[in-house]
Amino acid sequence: MTIQLSSVNIRRVGAASGRAGSLVRRHERLIARLLLMPSLISSTIFVYGFIAFTLVLSFTDSKLLPTFNFVGWDSYAKLWGLNNWHVALQNLLVFGSLYVGICVALGLLIAILIDQNIKGENIFRPIFLYPMALSFIVTGTAWRWFLNPGLGLERSMHNLGWTDFKFDWIVDSHMAIYTVVIAGVWQSTGFCMAMFLAGLRSVDREIVKAAAVDGARGITLYRRIIVPMLRSTFLSVFVIQTHLTIKSYDLVVSLTGGGPGNSTDLPATFMYDYTFTRNQMGVGSASSIVMLLAVAAVIVPYLWAELRDRREKGDAK
Amino acid sequence: MTLRRLAVYVPLIVAALFFLLPVFVMLFTSFKTLDEIRVGDLLALPASPTIEPWLSAWQSACVGLNCNGVRGFFLNTALMVVPAVIIITALGAVNGYILTQWPFPGHKLVFGLLLFGCFVPFQSVIIPMARVLGLTGLQNSIPGLVLVHVVYGIGFSTLFFRNYYDQFPRELVKAAQIDGANLFQIFWRIVLPVSGPIAVVCTIFLFTNIWNDFLFGASFTSGSNTPIMVALNNIVNTSTGVREYNVHMATAMITALPTLVVYIVSGKYFVRGLMAGSVKG
Repeated sequence: MTIQLSSVNIRRVGAASGRAGSLVRRHERLIARLLLMPSLISSTIFVYGFIAFTLVLSFTDSKLLPTFNFVGWDSYAKLWGLNNWHVALQNLLVFGSLYVGICVALGLLIAILIDQNIKGENIFRPIFLYPMALSFIVTGTAWRWFLNPGLGLERSMHNLGWTDFKFDWIVDSHMAIYTVVIAGVWQSTGFCMAMFLAGLRSVDREIVKAAAVDGARGITLYRRIIVPMLRSTFLSVFVIQTHLTIKSYDLVVSLTGGGPGNSTDLPATFMYDYTFTRNQMGVGSASSIVMLLAVAAVIVPYLWAELRDRREKGDAK
Repeated sequence: MTLRRLAVYVPLIVAALFFLLPVFVMLFTSFKTLDEIRVGDLLALPASPTIEPWLSAWQSACVGLNCNGVRGFFLNTALMVVPAVIIITALGAVNGYILTQWPFPGHKLVFGLLLFGCFVPFQSVIIPMARVLGLTGLQNSIPGLVLVHVVYGIGFSTLFFRNYYDQFPRELVKAAQIDGANLFQIFWRIVLPVSGPIAVVCTIFLFTNIWNDFLFGASFTSGSNTPIMVALNNIVNTSTGVREYNVHMATAMITALPTLVVYIVSGKYFVRGLMAGSVKG
């Protein structure tokens, strides 16, 4: 009897503590969600709310200050009628394709060279990567000086006896955009190298060995077997660099200031110029929305795939 | 040395020269006198090295009409970076912990929404931000810049900590729960003590990013309240008077020094941050 009672008691106590436990758990789950709130609310306001505000402005004829006189797609029409905008887009295309293309090619090449069991890897690697620690403003300042046509590299070459040497791209409105490419490549190749090097080192050695047994050697081995295995690294590098290209601002400001004339303007400098200098906030907003769409087109599918991948991997476990 | 080895080392050395040259030139120039710059050679070592340009950059170079050098701007940036990095890292740790150890329906969407915030082109938020800073009296101030960096930096720190905690064995947290530890105790006693490496990675990444920021500083501050990156650009672009290239280069070196030192001291963590920033965990 006593035994039975106590067992009932135990069961009751157990049930009670279980209920209390689940209450505590529910309570904790609530706290957990509350802890995310500061970040979630701030990003709702400062990211998504602000984008919505800019989107609304792009349908108004705002000048110096935001106004809410809606004019439909006028700002976009005006934007596409502006020669400066077309110059900026064209520059983005030239700069973007060369900058991303050269960074990827050079980064991959250097990564492959470093991966040849070289001596002094720990000296070479940091040399290629340290520009990533600098800001584009410092990079631009350094290269602007280096490429100074009067006092810079050009004169050094003349001093060395190469008197015909001419390198005045930075003041030549047709060529200046290529100096932006050079400085950008200088800064970012190290990042691509680091990504590819990490990719190379995680390649399945068994597959490489098998290919080597089949007679693949040297360049062929890389071209046919190893580089194709770096597909996901290529994708990451491409996405990151492309979205950075669309946002590029600092480098142009410090290297050329958008000049000579407006020959090196990019969408980001265009937006800034029209919004804050020329007081055409409607047009400026429209241009920033176009930039946002371009970035989203590159980034959203990428993030989507990355997050989904992770879940599938988790499920597989 | 075989031909094959030469084909590896020669391109590497050429590339290394390309990557080192601009900074060497910058360094040489910062120790030259203006006269030597005018007649000398860009690539030559300073004939009679002088630290005058560095002193001038630090305490007497003119930024606009203000001729006190960049020391005040250096301090501005430090006062901006330190609180911003601490706040962002702390928020990221909490977010990462909740998102991985206390998942709820839709946690992935929440993470995605937070994450997208750090890829947004800032041009698309800059106009309302300027308005909000104006309305709250935070325009042209360091606290205002801290706020801006925090709200657009959370995505990165959340990413770092989330991916790190994702590899954390669930069993440990479960066991702690059975032992009666609550959400805070688990975070404080179990999760946080092993978060050292990712906290370092995150701190270095954010420090470098925020120190090197130009757009926010240039958009929301002016005069003596700007960060050093804006001051550097202003010094270099001052059109009045003699162009003091040596002072420009010394200023650029001073501006770059903190992030370079961090890179040299903790390169491994710096690289990890760069790679983790590309989303793959």
